[in-house]
Amino acid sequence: MNELKRVFKEGIIKDNPVFRQILGICSSLAVTNLLLNSLVMGIGLMFVTGFSSFTVSLIRNQTPKHIRMMVQTLIISAYVIILDIFLKAYWPTMSKALGPYVGLIITNCIIMGRCEAFAQKNKPLISFFDGLTMGLGYTIVLLFIAFFRELLGFGSLFGIQVLGEGWVNWTLMIMPPGAFFMLGIVIWITRNVFPNNDEKGGAQA
Amino acid sequence: MIEINPLVIFFASIFTNNMILSNFLGMCSFIAVSNEIKTSLSLGQAVTFVLACTTVLNYFIYHYILVPWGYEYLRFIVFIIVIAAFVQLVEMIIERYFETLYFSLGIFLPLITVNCAILGVSLFMTIRDYNLFQSFAFGIGSGLGWTLAIVAMAGIRKKIRNAKLPKGLEGPGITLIITGIMALAFLGFSGIVQIQ
Repeated sequence: MNELKRVFKEGIIKDNPVFRQILGICSSLAVTNLLLNSLVMGIGLMFVTGFSSFTVSLIRNQTPKHIRMMVQTLIISAYVIILDIFLKAYWPTMSKALGPYVGLIITNCIIMGRCEAFAQKNKPLISFFDGLTMGLGYTIVLLFIAFFRELLGFGSLFGIQVLGEGWVNWTLMIMPPGAFFMLGIVIWITRNVFPNNDEKGGAQA
Repeated sequence: MIEINPLVIFFASIFTNNMILSNFLGMCSFIAVSNEIKTSLSLGQAVTFVLACTTVLNYFIYHYILVPWGYEYLRFIVFIIVIAAFVQLVEMIIERYFETLYFSLGIFLPLITVNCAILGVSLFMTIRDYNLFQSFAFGIGSGLGWTLAIVAMAGIRKKIRNAKLPKGLEGPGITLIITGIMALAFLGFSGIVQIQ
């Protein structure tokens, strides 16, 4: 139980993929103009990270070391394909809205990073949980950014108008620059709120 | 769908639909590598080259193998394998025959496989139904646009290297905010050409 708690805390705050490790921000910026899109993207990512960590961990003793990257990529792609087909079948409009960014989950470095760093050395169940919390940490950041972008850009939350008639939309917030500013500010704030003593430099592709 | 002139796509993908500044692709290496102008220029060249080749390669594979056999849903796996294999191949070739080039580009090539811009361009190509010339123009244009953005960023970061920044804003934070300002500037181009 303690193990679970530790993994959980690391995934959400200490090693949060977006603001701590600067990983996987491509998609985190692209889909955050609407809360709903971010939520779907986040859940999709949780699904993919969780299950691919699980699978990688399950076959970690059988996989030859030198081709493990390829194996991991294939496992991740397989789950992304499942996700893509699922969205296309049950929610075509959402699948259209997310466009290529569902496919780009494959190159989202968070998943690969977790497979390499955690699932490769740990038992399947705990790896599954680790993947899930990493995905959750990612989703929280996405939702946080999307909250402000949608609120200021459209005056609505989850498509429901909340700011009333008098609100003038900040069109900038729903355009790309808004995303960069928001993420920059989020990183700035979180680095001050949760200072990290062992500065790791993070950013690796 | 209306046929868009490949030249229009070429310029649009450099300025108005820039991979980094409007589609957020290739951000990881953009933030990690944009420290030196020289290295970012080399990386940009490598990305442009790989983009132009893999886009065309994926175009043929998608339209002549996957579509006729009804395997479109496999495109994610196939594209990523093509990209990885191609990068590996290029690395071996330039290591063997162009040694000087290898020393300037070599270390960046493996990095490119996981650059989302490469996969992203191939996916955009299939979603927007480009034909061969359009895909080629889109691939090269996106690569040049990406290079332009990363080199400009490296130049700016060089200037602010010694500046005193608020705590917590150093590194990625300020890079993102500068990128935002750059994206704002690039919005000014949006009247010239437009795709999608």
